[in-house]
Amino acid sequence: MINDVASWLLDPAHWTGPDGVPARTWEHIWYSGVSLLIASLIAVPAGLLIGHTGRGRVVAVNLAGAARAVPSLGLLFIMVLFLGPRLSGDAASLWPSLIVLIVLAIPPILSGAYAGVEGVDPAARDAARGMGMTGWEVLSRVEVPCALPLIFSGLRSAALQVVATATIAAIVGIGGLGRLLIDGQAIRDFPQMVSGALLVAVLALLVDLALAGVQRYAVSPGLTGRTTTRGGGRAATDADGTTDADGIPAPGAVFAGEKELAVRREAGKTEPRHNS
Amino acid sequence: MTWFLDHVQDVLDLAVQHVYLAGLPLVIGLLLALPLGWLARRYPGLYTPFTAGFGLLYTIPSLALFILLPGILGTRILDRSNVLVAMTVYTVALLVRTVADALGAVPDDVKQAATAMGFTRFRRFFAVELPLAVPVIAAGMRVAAVSNVSIVSVAAVIGIPQLGLLFTDGFARSFYDPIVVGLAACFVLALAFDLVILAVARLLTPWQRAGGAS
Repeated sequence: MINDVASWLLDPAHWTGPDGVPARTWEHIWYSGVSLLIASLIAVPAGLLIGHTGRGRVVAVNLAGAARAVPSLGLLFIMVLFLGPRLSGDAASLWPSLIVLIVLAIPPILSGAYAGVEGVDPAARDAARGMGMTGWEVLSRVEVPCALPLIFSGLRSAALQVVATATIAAIVGIGGLGRLLIDGQAIRDFPQMVSGALLVAVLALLVDLALAGVQRYAVSPGLTGRTTTRGGGRAATDADGTTDADGIPAPGAVFAGEKELAVRREAGKTEPRHNS
Repeated sequence: MTWFLDHVQDVLDLAVQHVYLAGLPLVIGLLLALPLGWLARRYPGLYTPFTAGFGLLYTIPSLALFILLPGILGTRILDRSNVLVAMTVYTVALLVRTVADALGAVPDDVKQAATAMGFTRFRRFFAVELPLAVPVIAAGMRVAAVSNVSIVSVAAVIGIPQLGLLFTDGFARSFYDPIVVGLAACFVLALAFDLVILAVARLLTPWQRAGGAS
């Protein structure tokens, strides 16, 4: 079994051409990257606005919670059935898949952004106002930098979900590493399916590590060095961005209300990521 | 709507399967995560390896895990236990950190007071620390429950019957009704799990209702 998988993975024939591993990996990264980019363009400004003004929080929390409860598989099929006939060629499966991935990525990014801004120490905000900063300056120079750890954790949750769900989208005919799983299942090529599964898991891990690296670079050292959670000394490892490599969830969040959010902030943690 | 009325029994059967496949792992996962989370708190050196290590399991895409597990467990691909194990893995991945953080958030003075009152470490854990950790653990359970309900539907791709089968069935026949019914049913199930967890958490924390603390 392991030998079969190893020989599949080591076969040079599987590493070239339009259905080779590099091409499939590239497609996978491309779908995931575009979806995350579009989702971020929508969700980050919206989240920052909600966090900054404090308006629309309830709507955002509930929408994000409800969106999480919608299974991507069902949404994907509906989208393909609905949009497919209106588009031609590859676009007929590509656009519905991208839309599902975008819808999937918005809630975690949105909640990361607003929870991040909301969790900024009010004293820091007041100090910024006291220094004469305008609302925009407070947001861009104080709130956003302070919120970056949570913004990143939302982004990383979203990235994991998107990479995982892009696999499933192969069912409706788009490329990516999911092809290895779906095509392998169709011809009962078990080594190919297992190889595909391994490759997707490794890709998900690498994407998360890459984002963790960017986060480490982007977040101000003044934030990562400071730890005041009640967990005591252990929290130090937590705040420096390394342990967050797992990125997983934290208490709170689905249909999370005030209290859970408060608890979540207290624990200095973030947003759950939910796989598909 | 007529499709739903004609197939109420089928949908209910699938929903029961869905509850079983998503719910049982939630309970087993919690039972596994409690000692693991406790260990992560008891021995600080274990906190990072445990939370990061178990968290990593969640990065394995579900379809990939459903396919990999038979090879690891020696089960057949259509065996439901693959799905149960996969969902348990995800639940544990989500809950270990939650439990560790929930236990960590129990104030030190409360623990010291319990010790001073003569509680043994064992009794203190079950009588003081665990009850106080319930709200945070429940919040983690709600995340895990919604996540499980959604992920289980993916198992339809490899042919395990549950509500996800309505998606693959509808798609195969280019027929909206089963998909819409399936989406609605999943949504209702997620909400039901959420309410049950909230209710249990409320029952377990009577002090939160006293004195107007909502």
